This record gives sequence, structure tokens and C-alpha cells, in this order.
Amino acid sequence: MNDCANSRLLGTPAIAGLEAFEGFSHRAPHLASADLKHTRKLCDSLEDAVRRCGLQDGMTISFHHAFREGDKTINHVVELLARMGFRNLTLASSSLLNCNAPLIEHIRSGVITRIYTSGMRGKLADAISHGLMEHPVTIHSHGGRVKLIQSGELKLDVAFLGVSSSDAFGNANGVGGRSRCGSLGYAKVDAQFANKVILLTEELAPFPNTPASISQDRVDYIVKVDQVGDPSKISVGAARITSNPRELLIARYAADVIEHSGYFEQGFSLQTGSGASSTAATRFLESRMLRKGITAGFALGGITGGIVDLHRKGLIEKLVDTQSFDGDAAESLRTSPGHIEISTNEYANPGSKGAYCDRLDVVILSALEVDLDFNVNVITGSDGVMRGASGGHCDVAAAANLSIVVAPLIRSRIPTVVDKVTTIVTPGECIGVLVTDHGIAVNPRRPEIAERLKAAGLPLMTIEELHARAIAITGEPAPIEFLDKVVGIIRYRDGSVIDVVRQVKD
Amino acid sequence: MKLRRSMLFLPGANAAMLSTAFVYRPDSIMFDLEDAVSLREKDSARLLVFHALQNPAYDDIETVVRINPLNTPFGLKDLEAVVRAGADIVRLPKTDSADDVLALEAQVARIERECGREPGSTQLMAAIESASGVVNAVAIARASPRLVGIALAGFDYVMDMQTERGDGTELFYARCAVLHAARVAGIDAFDVVYADVNDEAGFLKEVELIRKLGFNGKSLINPRQIELLHNAYAPTEEEVEYSQRVVAAAEKGEREGLGVVSLNGRMIDAPVINHARRVLQRAEASGVRK
Repeated sequence: MNDCANSRLLGTPAIAGLEAFEGFSHRAPHLASADLKHTRKLCDSLEDAVRRCGLQDGMTISFHHAFREGDKTINHVVELLARMGFRNLTLASSSLLNCNAPLIEHIRSGVITRIYTSGMRGKLADAISHGLMEHPVTIHSHGGRVKLIQSGELKLDVAFLGVSSSDAFGNANGVGGRSRCGSLGYAKVDAQFANKVILLTEELAPFPNTPASISQDRVDYIVKVDQVGDPSKISVGAARITSNPRELLIARYAADVIEHSGYFEQGFSLQTGSGASSTAATRFLESRMLRKGITAGFALGGITGGIVDLHRKGLIEKLVDTQSFDGDAAESLRTSPGHIEISTNEYANPGSKGAYCDRLDVVILSALEVDLDFNVNVITGSDGVMRGASGGHCDVAAAANLSIVVAPLIRSRIPTVVDKVTTIVTPGECIGVLVTDHGIAVNPRRPEIAERLKAAGLPLMTIEELHARAIAITGEPAPIEFLDKVVGIIRYRDGSVIDVVRQVKD
Repeated sequence: MKLRRSMLFLPGANAAMLSTAFVYRPDSIMFDLEDAVSLREKDSARLLVFHALQNPAYDDIETVVRINPLNTPFGLKDLEAVVRAGADIVRLPKTDSADDVLALEAQVARIERECGREPGSTQLMAAIESASGVVNAVAIARASPRLVGIALAGFDYVMDMQTERGDGTELFYARCAVLHAARVAGIDAFDVVYADVNDEAGFLKEVELIRKLGFNGKSLINPRQIELLHNAYAPTEEEVEYSQRVVAAAEKGEREGLGVVSLNGRMIDAPVINHARRVLQRAEASGVRK
């Protein structure tokens, strides 16, 4: 005990059970060292950080996927944990993509035994769909992930967060340094909720590194690494730009639907999800906005170069960015005061005290399958194999005033409009309009939208007519054969189970 | 009065495009069995087009088939197939003289008789692709009542003229000759394809030129060009308003039994009324110009 405290407090019944003062650095020893005070979070290596954070077998590790196909962090960290002998870990990545195929061997060897993710693609998804894991994967939406964390079901023990720039205290962002992913919307949540937070940074910036998407008071350890991700691969795959006439036709129809939906008014708000037609719709909105002399109040969600272009031209006042889909978006986030970064809790968590998606007028969403009840599947392909992501689909569909789903009627001889979707991710009650290259179907739950679009002369069909058209061209596809084993559990944004994915029969 | 602004070329051997091309809603779709089909795919392309023509999805869109020339081993086989399959129009390539049209017409009439198709229901279109064709354009355009239009094909024509595609100067005479021949015969005239599908500005410049010259439309090689073309051919809001007033005045005059009608002190005669009706038809098809 500190002498001074000892003499003043000794024998005072009122403080019985409390600890007496023992010196300014007794419980914060780093303050006693001018050097340690600044550098105590810095680790010599990732292995050093892992040892210091207290990771144990059976714990949950988390990651963000802002680098999408260019991610270098997830595989690298899991590879190291495997070498260090960890087992039975739960992997909670905000999503997984084609680039995560190396995880297969770590699942086989028992390093990873459970997975929470928004989606998966490629070889990893194929292996899991064919029964690679003993425990089914939990598929959640972006907003639903935060809800699962809040509810305590998903407890993040250690978050490994790749950032392009951080200072030695943990003030980090994705707009400084070399490999910029832009918004750290997913990482912000993990930084907030994880028990221990390890930053992997490419650059150690001078203190204080601002803007701090992740603040120093959320960060435990910092490791400098060679590369956290390749930003040139962010816009590969789902977030690509198209010159395909069919996708452009669908995009134009989607813009027509927005124009005549009744929501195309001064100050309206919009989101265009990933997917070629959805992304391309923005370019058709520009002329319509100029013609009508209106501007949008804000654009939400995954922000693309097309959306940034409208922002720069003054047609969209604010960009509210939870994930930057390309270099233009990342650069705009860095430079434009009207381009703001939000966490997925602010974006779409139904348990959040305020989610931006609740303020949305129209959203364009993509789909792998849509059925006669307008239910949407964005997870399983026509072969029953998982090849997509829940993303913000069901979040925004539930919250926006009008949800527009865009999809070609037929993909390589396989109908997109089907009798029953293979897997329900978003319930049909949340979908207003389906736009295909063959025509536009309005959900009978939205008769007022149908009336407006009909009055505008758009090519309306019923969804039954679209289905019949598809079958007339392709014939009735043979049903997919599944086994009983459940390989994926589809969680709705509120945490409830909306569907399961079963193992595909070989 | 059938609108023929856009005529979308589809390679006959491309099954994927044949199964969905109607979604782009061009005024006419032209299945190509000639230059876009390699020698080893001539038979399969003919079979694919034969089936596509009978698909109900093409019922409400005008179908044109460019057959191989009749002096090739494929031309007559193409014709036998597409007349029987119900093609609206057969397009004859490399038409040099009225005799080419007459030879085609005779075969078409025979096939119609043999297969029970209504005599005269197969319409024709002649593509002019040479100096001879341009010089004989009037005779070609008048050669058959089945002809609904003549089209200039730029690539072969400039080769024949020993020049190359440029700013349009090289096509100036041919365009004017083909257009005049069409108007003399009272049929439609179609301009050449614009090959650089990524050059929207260049495409629109050429469309503006041929629209002003008086062409009914243009052959297209990419669906992305359809909307651009239709919008360029759409009348302006002012043109629509004026045309509505012309048609209303004409109808009023007709009701009142007046021989001559005037609008704002200007006489309106038949050509003005017909032009106004065409403007309103274009507005009906694609709205006002954006």
C-alpha cells in the first residue's frame, strides 16, 4: 500500500472491501515507462499478438471482408493459428469469398469447426455444401450479424482486423496508407464488440491517425504486416461493371421503375446493391434525375464508382458507406466531406437504436432465384451449392419503402423465376417489384406500384407469366437431390431461422 | 404504317441470342444466315433459325432473315426453310439488279404454293452492296410488289468502290441514291451498321445524319444501340404538340367536309398530315426525345 494512503485510510470502516490507492502506475504499469506508454500495443509479430491476446482452443475469431476477393488477412491468420496448434475455433467473418478456399484444409484438420458468415463462394462453399463440416454454417445478414453479437449468441473473443493505416495506438482507417479498402463498416462492429482486438496494419502512421474509423480505445494489439489486401480485387465478381446488353436492359428497366415508383421525388434516398444490373442502374438514373430536376438526399450501403459519380455531380447529397465497392468509392470516402462511413450496426441491425436502412426509399437488389411468392434466394445456386451471400439483402428489403429485385429471367439455360426457391433468404412479403429482361412483375401486395408502372407504359407481366415464359424456353429443370444433413442455417435478420441448406447429393 | 427504325442483326448460329433477343424490342429482328455464319455452321444455323421463327415469343416482332445468295449452295436451302417457317421478310444480300429480285421472287412464290403459305405473304428486302446495285437502285426498288425496303450495306460497297469506311463522305452518293430509289418506289430505306459499339457519340452522330437525310432506320449489331436509336428518332415535345394540332385540324376539316384545312393561317395538305401522323406514331412507340 502507498504510504500516504496507508496512513490516511487505515482503519476506516467506510472503505472496507475496497482497494486502497497504491500508486499512479500500480494498475497501469506502462505509465511508468515513457517508451512503453506509447508502444505497449505494438507486437513484434502476429504470433506475438496471438500469444498476448490469450486466444484459447474453442474460442471465436472474427474478421471483416472489406477487401472482398483481395483479402490477405483471413487466410494468413488462420494459417498461423493452425501452425501454432489451435483447434476447434469458431470462424466469424463478416463474409467469405472465392479467395478463402485455403480454409478448407484447416476445416479438415479441425482448426476451424464452426463458421458464422454472410455467405461463401467457390471451392470452400462447394466443399461445405457437400458436407465438409460436422456443424452447419450459420448464414446471417450484415445487420443480423450485429444482432447475433448483441444477443450474446455470437461472442467474438478475438477480432483480427486488417487495415491499411493505423498509428501505434490503434487509430485506424481504410483510407490512408497503400491498400485502401475504404469503409471499415464491418470492422467497426468487431472492434466494438470483440473481447480482444488485434489490428493488422500495412502502415504505421504518425499519431493521431485521423479520421479514426476504429478508435484507439477499442484496440488491444497492433501488428505491422506486409499486405492486408489487394484493393484492385474488391470490384471483381459481384461488384463488377458491365457492358452486357442484357444486364444493361435490366438496369434501364430498374431505373424506369424507380422513376415511376412514386418515390422519385426531391430528396429521395436509394441503395444499389452489388450485382452488375444493380450497379449499372445508377448510370440510367442520372438523366432521369436531371430531366426531373431532382437530387437524392443520400445513397446507402455498398457504395460504387457509379454512385460516387452522381455524388460528385451534385445529384446525391450524402453517401452513407458501410462498404466501398471500388477504388473510386474509397477515394471519395477519403476526400469528400459528404461521404460518411458507418458501421453495419448503424447500417442495418434491426436491434440498433437507429439503422440507416429504415430511412431508405428504394433499393435495387439482385437474386439467384425468385419464386412465385416473390421469396428470394441469394445463397444457393441451381445445383443446390452455396455460391452467394445474404449480405444486406433481407435487411434492406425489410426496411426500404420499395425493394426492387433485378435478375435475368434465364441464366445459362436455368430459369431464375421458379415455383419455389431452393433457399429462402428474403421473404417475398418484403419485395415490391421483380425486374427481368423479359418483363417486370409487381408483387400483388403492392397494387399502387403496379398502377403507377402500368400508367408509365412499362412492360408489366405477372410473376406467373414470367415463370411460364422461362419454362417455355428452358423446359422444367430436374429437381436438385439433397441428403438429410443440414450444412447451412439461414438466419433472418432478427435471429430467427428462416430456412436451412441441406447437403447436396453427389 | 410499320415502323422500321431498328433492325437488329443476330448471328443465326448463336442459340443463346436466338432464345432471348426479342426482349430488346427492336422494330425488326434480322436472323443472319450469311456473313455472320461460318461455312461449317450453315446447316445448324438454318435449323436454329427455322425453329426460332416459329417460337411464339417472336409472334409480335417483325422477323427478317438474311439468306445466302441464291448462287451459293446454301441460298435456296435457306429460302426453303425460312419461307416455310413463316419469316415475315426475306433479305437478299448482294443485290446487283432487278433480275436478282425477280429470281428470288419466283422461288418464294413456288415455295409458298408448295407449303400452303398464303401467296404473296412473304415480303422481301434487297441489300445493295455494290456500285452496280447503287446504280440500279431504282429498278431494284421497283422490281417486286413484295419489296418493303432496300438497305445499303456499307462494308462490301466501300470495298467495291476501292475505298474504306470513314466520316461518311464515302457513302454519301450511295446513301442518297438508295434513299431516292426507295422513295420513288414508295418503300423503306435502311442505313448501314455502325460497327464500333462502344462509341456512342459516333453512333449518335451517324444516326442524326441519316435521320435528317430521311432514312427509315438503321441496321444494328448490338442491342445497346436500340434505345439510343429509338430515342434519336423520337420526336421532340414541340413536334408532338404541333402534329397533334395538325391531325386535330385535319379531322375537324374532314368532319365538316372542307377540302382544304388551315392551321394558324397556314394550309395543311395531305403530305403535312401524313408527316404529322408519322410523328405521332413515333411518339407512341418511344415517347418524346429525352
